[in-house]
Amino acid sequence: MQEPPGLFDILILIMTRGLPTTLALTLLSLLVGFFVGIGLALMRVYGPIELQWISLGYEKIFRGIPLLVILFIFGIGLLRLFLWAGSLFNALFVAAIFALALRSAAYQSEIFRGAIMSVDPGQMMAARSLGMTEFQATRRIVLPQALRLSLPGWTNEYAVVIKDTSLVSAIGVPEMLYHGQAFTWTYPALFLGIILVTAVIYFAFTYPVTKYVGESMTLKLRTLGLGGGR
Amino acid sequence: MAAVLEVRDLWKSYDTLEVLKGISFDVHEGEVKVIFGPSGSGKSTLLRIINMLTPPDKGEVLLRGQSLMDCKAELCKLRTRIGFVFQNFNLFAHLKAVDNVSIGPRLVLGMTKEEASDVAIRCLEKVHMGDWAQHYPAQLSGGQQQRVGIARAIAMSPEVILFDEPTSALDPELIGEVLQVMLDIAKEGTTMVVVTHEMGFARAVSDEMIFMDKGVVVERGTPEHFFLNPESERARHFLRKLEVLYGQAETEKT
Repeated sequence: MQEPPGLFDILILIMTRGLPTTLALTLLSLLVGFFVGIGLALMRVYGPIELQWISLGYEKIFRGIPLLVILFIFGIGLLRLFLWAGSLFNALFVAAIFALALRSAAYQSEIFRGAIMSVDPGQMMAARSLGMTEFQATRRIVLPQALRLSLPGWTNEYAVVIKDTSLVSAIGVPEMLYHGQAFTWTYPALFLGIILVTAVIYFAFTYPVTKYVGESMTLKLRTLGLGGGR
Repeated sequence: MAAVLEVRDLWKSYDTLEVLKGISFDVHEGEVKVIFGPSGSGKSTLLRIINMLTPPDKGEVLLRGQSLMDCKAELCKLRTRIGFVFQNFNLFAHLKAVDNVSIGPRLVLGMTKEEASDVAIRCLEKVHMGDWAQHYPAQLSGGQQQRVGIARAIAMSPEVILFDEPTSALDPELIGEVLQVMLDIAKEGTTMVVVTHEMGFARAVSDEMIFMDKGVVVERGTPEHFFLNPESERARHFLRKLEVLYGQAETEKT
C-alpha cells in the first residue's frame, strides 16, 4: 500500500482539481440567477397581474423544493435535455448550473424586489417629471440604486450558492467535495482530516468575500445616503 | 397674450375623499402664480396633476394649447417642457450633483455628454452650486439639494416650472438661499407656479395669488389684494395664522 500523502498535499490536490469547478459552478449559476432574478423581480413590481402571478409561482415552487431534489430532476431525470453539451461530464455540469441558477433566481428575485421597492417612489416621480419614459426611469434611476441596495443581500446569496455547490457532488459533478470524498475512499483513516481540509477551503472563499463586500458596500451606500446603517 | 398653461376644471378624489373639486386657472408667459392654503387643501395634488404624475378624474390641462390628456407617447415629450421642483428634492441619490442635472438633457433631450454637462455646469452656477458639482446629494445640505433640484429643472429649459412647497422641508436658516434663487429666476421672466407659504416671496414676485381650501379656489387676486383686504373669511383666517407663525413683519412690510 502506498504511503498516504500529507493533508497539505491533499489540500493542494483538492484545490487544483475541484476548486475551478466549484468556482465556475458558483459564478455561472449566480450570473444566470442574476438575470433571471432581475427579470422575475421586474415582473413582480412592474408587470401586469399575469406576469406577477407567473413570477410569484416560480418563486414559490423553487423555494419550496430542496436543492438536492432539483439536482436530481435536472441532473438525472432531465439529463438527456443537456446532452447537446457534448460529453456526459459537460451535460452534468450544465444541468447542475441550471439547477443551482434556477433556484438561486428565486431567492435573488426576492432580494431585488425588496431593493426595488425600497427605492424612494420620489425617485421615479422625479425621473418621470423630466420626461423619462418608465423604462428609462427604471433602467437609469431605480435599478442602479436597487442594485447597490441589494449588494449586501446578494453577497449572502453568493455565500449560500458556493456552499450549496457541494451538493452537486451527489449527481457526480467533480467539484471540491467530490474530490475530497474520493480521497476519503482511498484513505479512510484520514476521513476527518480530509473533510476538514475541504471545509477550510469553502470557508476561505466564503467569509472574506462576504466581509469585504459587505463592509465596502456599507461605506459606499452611506455616501449615497441609501440606507447602509446611517 | 396666449396662456402657457391652461388648467380646466380638474377633479380628483381618493376613494371617498374629494381632493380637487373643479380647479381652473391660466398661467401666462412670464407670470409667477402663487398657490397657498391650509394643508390638505389639494395644492400638491394639483401640481402633480398638472404634469400628469397623478392623472385627474376629470378635467384637462393644456400646455400652449396642447392637451396633456391626449396620448401617452406625447406625454413624456410634453413633460420635458414642464419643470418640477419637489418638496423633498428627490435628487437622484446615486448620481453626483452635475449628473443629476445633466441626465435629463442627455437622456431625454438627446444632447451629447459634453453638451449636457456644459448645460449642467451653467445651471449649477446659476444656483450658486458650481463648487459642489462633484458631490452626491447625501453630502449636501437640504438647501443645497433643493438648489440642485432647481438647476435640474431649469436645465431642461422648460416653459413653466412647478414648485411644490420647495422650502417647507428645510431648516429655517436654509430657506433664504433657496428663495433667493427662486427670486432670481422669477425676475429673469421664468413662468412659475409656486405652492408656498412664503408670503415674502409671494409679495415680491407673484402676479397672482390663488387661495385654495378643501379642493376649491376660494379667492384669487394680486398680493396687494390679499395683504390689504382679503374678502373671504377663510383667507383672512389663514393669513392671520401665517402671521402668527412667521411674525407680523413678513406680511406687514411693503
